[in-house]
Amino acid sequence: MAVTKPAEKTLTREKKLEMLRTMLKIRHFESRVDEFFQRGMVRGTTHLYIGEEATATGACAAIEPTDYITSTHRGHGHCIAKGGELPKMMAELFGKETGYCRGKGGSMHIADVDAGNLGANGVVGGGLAIATGAALACAMRKDGRVVLCFFGDGATNQGVFHEAVNLASVWKLPIIYICENNQYAISTSVKTAFNIENIADRSVSYGIPGVIVDGNDVTSVYDAVSEAVKRCRQGEGPTLIECKTYRWRGHSKSDIQIYRTKEEVEEWKKKCPIQRFKKRLIQENLLTEEEFEAMDKEVEEAVEEAVKFALDSPYPEEEELFEDVYA
Amino acid sequence: MREITYSEAIREALRQEMKRDERVFLMGEDIGPFGGSFGVTRGLIDEFGKDRVRDTPISEAAIAGAATGAAVAGMRPVAEIMFSDFTTIAMDQLVNQTAKIRYQFGGKARVPMVLRTPTGAGTGAAAQHSQTVYNWFVHVPGLIVVAPSTPRDAKGFLISAIRNDNPVLFFEHKLLYSFKGEVPEEEYTIPLGVGEVKREGKDVTVFATSIMVHKALKVAEELDEEGISVEVVDPRTLKPLDEEILIQSVRKTSRLVVVDEGPRSGGFAAEAVAIAVEGAFDYLDAPVQRVAAPDTPVPYSLPLEKAYIPDEGKIRAAIQRTLK
Ligand SMILES: Cc1ncc(C[n+]2csc(CCOP(=O)(O)OP(=O)(O)O)c2C)c(N)n1
Ligand SMILES: [Mg+2]
Repeated sequence: MAVTKPAEKTLTREKKLEMLRTMLKIRHFESRVDEFFQRGMVRGTTHLYIGEEATATGACAAIEPTDYITSTHRGHGHCIAKGGELPKMMAELFGKETGYCRGKGGSMHIADVDAGNLGANGVVGGGLAIATGAALACAMRKDGRVVLCFFGDGATNQGVFHEAVNLASVWKLPIIYICENNQYAISTSVKTAFNIENIADRSVSYGIPGVIVDGNDVTSVYDAVSEAVKRCRQGEGPTLIECKTYRWRGHSKSDIQIYRTKEEVEEWKKKCPIQRFKKRLIQENLLTEEEFEAMDKEVEEAVEEAVKFALDSPYPEEEELFEDVYA
Repeated sequence: MREITYSEAIREALRQEMKRDERVFLMGEDIGPFGGSFGVTRGLIDEFGKDRVRDTPISEAAIAGAATGAAVAGMRPVAEIMFSDFTTIAMDQLVNQTAKIRYQFGGKARVPMVLRTPTGAGTGAAAQHSQTVYNWFVHVPGLIVVAPSTPRDAKGFLISAIRNDNPVLFFEHKLLYSFKGEVPEEEYTIPLGVGEVKREGKDVTVFATSIMVHKALKVAEELDEEGISVEVVDPRTLKPLDEEILIQSVRKTSRLVVVDEGPRSGGFAAEAVAIAVEGAFDYLDAPVQRVAAPDTPVPYSLPLEKAYIPDEGKIRAAIQRTLK
């Protein structure tokens, strides 16, 4: 089942510009993070969302602030799209007291529970059952909320994928499983990890709709997720949506990328989700080149403010090591 | 003698065993052309092909279970789990299947497999990529658990592990991969279950595991200048444990500090202390000291992670407490 119908009809200009702004935020935030990691100012590892901005942005634009998401190790984009605050995110990456997790989590554990972001996850597939449980809570409370569960192509080969999706299906839970198929799991191509063309085809075995969308087209993603959200709110249960996309950068900090060609990367860069959307908005007379430049600059400045906030913030006190192990 | 890194020593052991015995093969996530997350298997696919250096999907339960099944059916798999934190996903296989098959079948099967996995904190990788979990497996009868601290031990124990007919869990400390040391070029084995006195001393025994051996050695050197003679003992294999080497050392020095990177409660250090107390109670002149991680997850922030990991300062303080 393929969804390609445009969503423009239901989207206001304001909302479209907001989606563009979100994608720019992700792009600029990630570019700065990349620099800080390369310079060793941010520790551990990081997984950048550059190139995949349309997926989180389109998906989160289709839900309400009260709805939930679960994120992945490649989670900065999800957090921003769900309304995350850049200063708190950047501070977390610097391990500062003012970060989302008070410096305890870092890149792979950024969570914003108050905003409905139940967290990034260091374990591939780690969010699948958590999201399903959150959807169970929504269903039991009948509060009308839905859950967006993000995960990569690689995660669908974890056993928990099967268990979680089946459970959501038989219990008709209000959850949308969003597979971000960026073609690789570290060095492992989907071509070698799967014997099927589309991961969405797996939906058949759970008796739920499976939808394939162009993950670099923000309105296609918005459209597909909106449809799935509607099903959820009507009590019709989960949907599996596969967003075909591509990560531009290496998997994490040190990745020499022997598993793909420069040509392949360049081909995908031509499908830049931001440039594509910008071009369309200009064609539709909803945006001018000048307005775009202004927005881009504004976002860049917001990211710089976040950087400044992070740098100026204190580290946690040593005693904090022992806090929050238990409630 | 030639010096190579811990990582190279492991690769050399894998290469030599794969050459010697065609039943030996590797499987794990991104271990082929990519060479593994820490580069340990780099180049092996060029030498042995993708049939024997098998990239898997992200499926830890299947990796551990398939290694077990292949072992029972006559192969000698060496599986890799990218971070030891993810052995949790393979836990049912390892604990309920791998470890118990031989016993519950009345000795009618063998499970000659090795599961290699990087362990430990110190890289800023936070709570799900930094844990020390080997102690869980020490608690499971039927498994052998190794945590080598030097390149020489890594090679010798890995070859032993591959040739052994039991399942062996092999924990490699991430921060040791680039550590260099003397390693013989030829194949050699070190018997599983045999510890080593890494430094002789007479005033106090420091029984340390994995990377903590090096921190203990550093402290021992410093204290030597202050006239305190520290004996550093490395069990190297955590199960079966060389109880004798620990007891003998404590009988000699009458003081014991145990250093381990795992959380304190229910930890490996507690096990070592119990053995020492059982075997050398009358010889002890001071309360035994444990230096372990606190009972918290591993934090991300640099100052917090530093405070978390047992270090030289904490080891030195513990030694001094035994000498008071
Ligand atoms: C259970 C588990 N196994 C292995 C890893 C190491 N790892 C981190 S990211 C990753 C690849 C994930 O691929 P995918 O799900 O496609 O997400 P992507 O990185 O492409 O966004 C792997 C294997 C992990 N974090 N968790
Ligand atoms: Mg992927």
